[in-house]
Amino acid sequence: MVEEMVSTQDKELIYEYLSEVTDPEIPVVNIIEMGMVRDVICGEDEIEVFLCPTYSGCPAMDMIDTMIKEKLHEKGCGTVKVTLVYKPVWTTDWMTAETKEKLRVYGIAPPEGSALSKKDLLNEGPVGCPQCGSKNTQIKSMFGSTACKAFYTCKDCLEPFDYFKCI
Amino acid sequence: MEILDLSKFCMRLGDSCLILAHRQSEMCSKGPFLEEDIAQTNLGLDLLGQAEALLIYSAKLEGKGRTADDLAFRRPEREFYNFMLTEQPNTDFAFSVVRQYIMALYLGKVYEALAKVDDDVLSGVAAKAVKEIAYHERHLGMWIKRLGDGTEESHERIQIALNELWMFVGELYEEDDLDLKLQEAGYAISGEEMKAYLMEKITAQITEATLSIPESVYMTTGSKKGIHTEYLGFMLTEMQYLQRAYPDAKW
Repeated sequence: MVEEMVSTQDKELIYEYLSEVTDPEIPVVNIIEMGMVRDVICGEDEIEVFLCPTYSGCPAMDMIDTMIKEKLHEKGCGTVKVTLVYKPVWTTDWMTAETKEKLRVYGIAPPEGSALSKKDLLNEGPVGCPQCGSKNTQIKSMFGSTACKAFYTCKDCLEPFDYFKCI
Repeated sequence: MEILDLSKFCMRLGDSCLILAHRQSEMCSKGPFLEEDIAQTNLGLDLLGQAEALLIYSAKLEGKGRTADDLAFRRPEREFYNFMLTEQPNTDFAFSVVRQYIMALYLGKVYEALAKVDDDVLSGVAAKAVKEIAYHERHLGMWIKRLGDGTEESHERIQIALNELWMFVGELYEEDDLDLKLQEAGYAISGEEMKAYLMEKITAQITEATLSIPESVYMTTGSKKGIHTEYLGFMLTEMQYLQRAYPDAKW
C-alpha cells in the first residue's frame, strides 16, 4: 500500500529514504554513506536526485538509479529524476571512518590511505586483513570480484579477501 | 571553439574507448588464467564506462537527438573514428597486452590534459578516468615486462606483437584540423608532445623487458576520416547484431 503523499519540499525526509538504498554489491553501506548522493532538489512536481558515479564503468549504477526511483515511489513520492554529476569527482576519500568500519566488518578491507597518493592508488601500501587485522597480506590479483576491488590473501590467518581500492 | 568540434572530439575519444572495451570484452572466459581473465574484462569495463560518458556528451553537444546507444549501435563502419590500433584483434595474449598498454599510455596523457579544462562534464570524466588508466598502465606494464623478460617463447611472441602493431602507433600523435583547434583551446596536447611522451615511456618499458622497438616502419593513417582495417567491420557486425536485427530491443 502506498503511504501518504510526502511533501516534495521535504529534503531531509528524502535523504532519509535514500539512506535505505544500499549498494547492490555491498549491501551493508547505503548510497548516502558511500557519498554518492550529491544533492536533492525538491521541485513543484518532481524530485531530482543528483548522483555521483563511482567507477566509470560500474555496472551497479543503472541498478542504483532504478532502486532510487523504486524506493521513492514506494514512499509515495511523485516523479523522480536521477541525474548523474561528474564533478566533483567521486572518490573513496569521501568514505567516513564509520563507513570503512562497516565494510571491514562485512569482510571487505576498506581503502587505505588516500586516492591523492599515487602509491595508494596503485595498491603499493600495506592493506590490513579484515578478518584478523594483520598487515602481513599479499596482493593476489589487481582486479577482484568487482571493478572497485582487488584480491588479497592474509599471510597470517590465510584467509583470502577483497580490498576496496582507492580511487 | 565550435560546439560541434567538441562533439566530434568526444566522439573520436569515445569511439577509441568503446572499440578497445569491446576487444577487451572478447577476452572474457579466454584469459590465460582466472585472475587475469577477470583483470582483462575489468580493464574493458572501465573503458566502456569512459566510452559511455564521452558518447553521451558527444551526442548531447551534437544536438541531433541521438543517444550514446545510437552512436554505438547504429553507425556504420565508416562513421567510427577510433584508432586502428584499438580494433586490432586478440590474435595472441601478447597482442592484447601490447595494444592495451600503448592505449593506456595514450589515454592517460589525454585525460591528464582534459582533467584541467573548464568543462565540468569532460574534466570530471577525465579526472576519474586518469586514475583508472594509471592502474591499467601499471598492470599492463607488468605484463610487458613479464612476457618480454620471461621465457624464450613469451619473449618471441610479444616481440612479434610489438612489431606487427607498431605501424598503428603513428595515428596516436597525428594531427588534423580538428586536433589543432582543440589544442588551441587547451583541450589537448600537441602531436609532437604526445609522440615524445609515448616514445619515452614505451622505450623505457620495452628496454626493461629486454625487447626492441621496431625500426622505421610505415605508419598507417585514416581512422580520423573513418577509414579502418578489415577487422572493424567484422567486430561491428557482432557488436551491433542485436540492435540491427531487432531495432529498439530492450531488456
